[in-house]
Amino acid sequence: MPVTHERAVDVGSKRTVFSRNGGDPGRVPALLVESLEFAYPDGHVALREVSLEIHQGEKVALVGPNGAGKSTLMLHLNGILSGEGEIEVAGLRVTEPNLPAIRAKVGLVFQNPDDQLFSPTVFEDVAFGPLHMGLSEDEVRDRVDWALAQVGMSDYADRLSHHLSAGEKKRISIATVLSMGPEILVLDEPSAGLDPRARRNLITLLSELPHTTLVSTHDMLMVRELLPRMVIMDEARIVADGRTKELMDDVALLEAHGLEHP
Amino acid sequence: MNWIFLVASTVPTMLRAVPGDPALHIPDGFLNLPISLLGWILTAILLAVAVRRTEGEFSERQIPLMGVMAAFIFAAQMINFPVAGGTSGHLLGGALAAISLGPWAGMLVMASVVGVQGLLFQDGGLVVMGANILNMGLLTALIGYGLYRGVLGQSRGVRLAVAGVAAWLSVMAGALGTSLQLWLSGTARLDVVMPAMLGVHALIGIGEALITVAALAFILRTRPDLLAGTAEARAGRGWVVAGLAAALVVVLLSPFASANPDGLERVAMDLGFIGQGADAPYQILPDYAVPFLGETALSTVVAGAAGALIVAAVAVVIMRMLRRSASPA
Amino acid sequence: MSIHVNAFDRFRAGESLIHRLDPRIKVVVTVLFIVSNVLLPDGAWLAFALAWGVILLTGVVADVGVGYTFKRSFVALPFALAAVTAIFAIPGRPLASVHLGPWDLVATDAGLIRFVSIVIRSWLSVQMAILLTATTQFPDLMHALRHLRMPRLLVAIVSFMYRYLFVLSDEAMRLLRAREARSARLTEGDGGGSILWRAKIAGNMAGQLFLRSYERSDRIYNAMLARGYTGQHLTLNPHEMRNCDWLIGALAVMLTVFLQVVGRL
Repeated sequence: MPVTHERAVDVGSKRTVFSRNGGDPGRVPALLVESLEFAYPDGHVALREVSLEIHQGEKVALVGPNGAGKSTLMLHLNGILSGEGEIEVAGLRVTEPNLPAIRAKVGLVFQNPDDQLFSPTVFEDVAFGPLHMGLSEDEVRDRVDWALAQVGMSDYADRLSHHLSAGEKKRISIATVLSMGPEILVLDEPSAGLDPRARRNLITLLSELPHTTLVSTHDMLMVRELLPRMVIMDEARIVADGRTKELMDDVALLEAHGLEHP
Repeated sequence: MNWIFLVASTVPTMLRAVPGDPALHIPDGFLNLPISLLGWILTAILLAVAVRRTEGEFSERQIPLMGVMAAFIFAAQMINFPVAGGTSGHLLGGALAAISLGPWAGMLVMASVVGVQGLLFQDGGLVVMGANILNMGLLTALIGYGLYRGVLGQSRGVRLAVAGVAAWLSVMAGALGTSLQLWLSGTARLDVVMPAMLGVHALIGIGEALITVAALAFILRTRPDLLAGTAEARAGRGWVVAGLAAALVVVLLSPFASANPDGLERVAMDLGFIGQGADAPYQILPDYAVPFLGETALSTVVAGAAGALIVAAVAVVIMRMLRRSASPA
Repeated sequence: MSIHVNAFDRFRAGESLIHRLDPRIKVVVTVLFIVSNVLLPDGAWLAFALAWGVILLTGVVADVGVGYTFKRSFVALPFALAAVTAIFAIPGRPLASVHLGPWDLVATDAGLIRFVSIVIRSWLSVQMAILLTATTQFPDLMHALRHLRMPRLLVAIVSFMYRYLFVLSDEAMRLLRAREARSARLTEGDGGGSILWRAKIAGNMAGQLFLRSYERSDRIYNAMLARGYTGQHLTLNPHEMRNCDWLIGALAVMLTVFLQVVGRL
């Protein structure tokens, strides 16, 4: 994991506290999901036997048709939904008492930036996570500066969220979770609704961020370019998991699950 | 003179960038200080209770909900429908907010809407904001929810019909409150402003009722769970009584005052609200004279000094509060 | 992004002394100024004129342009109609009498003075409120109100409301546009169908907007949970009162006191 920033080192060193196998962070998977099952109150089964292991520094695509269970899975990763089965984030189990720590570790970026950015100003939004982690005011300000610099939006702290373009909103959305020092970034449809230039900037940004990343998307071109590993979900199950290059060549597999070969 | 008010309340609506009923958004300067303060006191008390009630166990979910719903009411006030001759019907939303979110949340939402309209768009004044919130947010929620709560167990048709009546009455209550405040401030003649306001809002209220009923019917059809939840979670007898009482006041007072304004003025005089017939107390102090000194030069100076003192005292109190809150919290 | 969002924005960016004043002082001084206007007696022409001078001066210092405040200051004017009756309500020297339906109205000099004074008070107050909004970002205004003891819950609600005002207004505009696109009007009229039918369409739109808003608040709540929200709405405290703020505040207080004295001389 290329560590380029002081803050990232900071976060990295905390990881060992939760580590199961004696302070060797490299060997703890960033994310471990074991036979996860979930049904909504109306009886609709959204996840069946979902198991997934993501290593530190990996960049993984989560693809599949709408309604396959991708978003439901993502909402489980930081305990907003909870089904049957085990989830661990960097060695820490997702359980009720662990939720505050888990939510700092999993940087979940929702699809619609207007849902993600719920504060009047950019500063308040990026500060929201660190503030609710109980950090001191100085620490919060440092983290906001750092996170905005990471997404190349340092000058935007005082801007009003509703004045931003779609691409800017998306970058700020990512900053709102970076400021929490997450172990893993989880992004839902990050390129949806962006114009070509904003999409290009986003891909560049994501490729530069050192974090372990899980991206749910329909944008197969982005998958091919950015995400070396691909997980295909359909009808509440993981139906394929492998190297993007290889799965992309399996046109029959892609077509069987409503995906397009880019 | 009704027709003048009819024009007055529709023309600005068409010209304005911001939605809402201009005839109920009182600007600063139209109410005197005692009435403005009375409005703020009543509003502050009700809102304080609403804040306490809402800060219960559901509050973490309630905060984003109420915030977005306040934005919804603001946006929904843009939705209009053509009536006739270039006029249009549109929504005030007080009854809808209270029926769909519950009375306390509805009050907080409407207070936020009126507050933002005043602060951001100068749509309604700041010093008179208490009165505006009372007229458009609190009375409307009280009547809207109280009446609806009374028929919760009834069939869909009955509930919708009552919601419509409640929506109409809530607008009438707002108009009644506004005209009474204008009159008590010495800004308008009761015998003109009351029938004119009530006449115009009897029409505006029909639009309000129609949209409210249609919106509720739509919600009941698509997500009936939303309306059931808010209504059942809260005990209701007190609301029904209070809502009915407020509605009765509107129903009885409006025709009485319109037909017999002198009667109301006599009542107000007997209760000590106003001094002498139409000459309501515009200032705390009479314009140029202190009563016991008569109209002398000394009296003028004393009145001037007293006015200055009041302003200075208010300033000192506010500065005190500021200094306390400015020290590191 | 959309046109009307900018039409909503009343803030004029700037670096003036007024812009940089602590928002708390600005709120307090604005309210004080309006209270002072309300307290000025009828026909205190000199004090009214001085108060307008204060507004013009503030506008110049704030660099928002005198025209801006002036142009927008007529928003409250239609309401003056409600005060027209004051002309006929105050005892005084009769000027003229009007017979209108059931009303027998006598205009008096005192009534006329009252009416003009009310309109001027309102016009002055609106201009000060415009200046406040033009020189203060709304989030700063919210911080100020929080410090001035507005309940935390209300501040949080209003902050959310401000954020989603634009988003939901956009959605409402889209609904309205969609309705317009589908209602092919052959002649300039009131639109098709009966009034009831049209009202029902409008109500359906409001209901639809309600549901979308409700669902959005669910997603926002999830986004908040994801970032560690536990029910407490925490904010930082970015404003510090400086000496210059106290000074301006004190000056403004003295000025309003002075206006009161002038108004009663």
